[in-house]
Amino acid sequence: MATPLDFKELQELAAEILGIEPDQVQLDKSFAKDLAADSLDLVELIAAVEDKYDVELPEAELEKMKVIGDLWKFLEQKTAERLEA
Amino acid sequence: MAITTAYRTRSGAVPLRSFKTKGRHSAIAGMGVYAPEKVITNFDLEKMMDTSDKWITERTGIRTRHIAEPGTTTLELATKAARGALDAAGITANDLDMILVGTSSPDGPFPSIACRIQDELDAPGAVAWDMLAACTSFVYGLATADSFIATERADNVLVIGAEVLSRMLDYSNRGTAVIFGDGAGAAVVRPAPDGAGFLSWCLGSDGRGYLQVTCGNKELGAYAAKDPRPIIEMEGPDVFKFAVDIFIRQANEVCSAAGISMEDIDLWVPHQANFRIIDAAARRIGLPLDRVAINIDEYGNTSSASIPIALEEAIRKGRVKTGDHVLLAGFGSGLTWGASLLKWV
Repeated sequence: MATPLDFKELQELAAEILGIEPDQVQLDKSFAKDLAADSLDLVELIAAVEDKYDVELPEAELEKMKVIGDLWKFLEQKTAERLEA
Repeated sequence: MAITTAYRTRSGAVPLRSFKTKGRHSAIAGMGVYAPEKVITNFDLEKMMDTSDKWITERTGIRTRHIAEPGTTTLELATKAARGALDAAGITANDLDMILVGTSSPDGPFPSIACRIQDELDAPGAVAWDMLAACTSFVYGLATADSFIATERADNVLVIGAEVLSRMLDYSNRGTAVIFGDGAGAAVVRPAPDGAGFLSWCLGSDGRGYLQVTCGNKELGAYAAKDPRPIIEMEGPDVFKFAVDIFIRQANEVCSAAGISMEDIDLWVPHQANFRIIDAAARRIGLPLDRVAINIDEYGNTSSASIPIALEEAIRKGRVKTGDHVLLAGFGSGLTWGASLLKWV
């Protein structure tokens, strides 16, 4: 049984990986422009998200990740699929 | 800061093979290194291609790399490192039973660099051959040396990692040309007391990832395709993910096979591919960077030579003491990977 998602958890994880404050991690924040995350930061963050949430993000999806909200939407979708399963 | 999220094995990842050392133990008895005198800085590269010191430093941690003059042979670098290792170990070439050279940049298809070194050093009693496992070659060489010593088929083994990668770079491609450098490192491996030296190994390969790091025609190979000038190419993000992942898994494997906890690692000597890979893996393993040997800033990625060059520097700077637990770990094209946990003699 999947547990509901907690945005705070994602904020903390992203902050830990990107070396920023959790409050800076908001849905509309761009990885590149607002959070100064380069492509390697993003790969590292995605790997940590995959570990934490037991999901796998296809390479094609990775390119679509522009803002925190994109990552959150992906996680919500995965969780919804699990609840249905 | 240690990352707290528990590690999880990805689907599709191959199971790892790890071994606790059996038979007669072996250890590194002496090391030697050599890098060409010529140094190319990021600022030099700024003048040669569309890149910047900031871009290179932030994404790779590299500031300089040693580059051989055109016409320099891998043999030349390897031989200089080999002589240093023999001196440090206090043995002569005549004592050698085996010479193993790990290289991805041989001077030609054959004869092997190992046989040429045998001739240069005058080591008539040795069996000599090259092994190609890209950046993992040196670890595979050490593992082979350990196996032959364990089974009492050899006493003194010379293992070398040597590369002139600058021959395989295109200085108009900022993606890979900025990363690699030339150099060589060598170790003499000899029998060690029980419970010391190499304690465990984790070796593996996953050919499904053959496209991730290539040199020359990707499907046929450079020789078959009559590729006149094969150039190193890399799938950056894929390699990054694989590398961090395999560093963490290997560290777990060799520590558990050796019966020690990851916190007991005194020094980790990783393959110097990219500072960001090392940093990301160290945080996930929970190792502070003062327990990691890093000199990629000076040398860049020297493939099979990177681990011996970093280890030799750590020894020279007094960072390795008798009884220390030292983790050596590499990964590379193939895909290949290899790690060992040593109790320093």
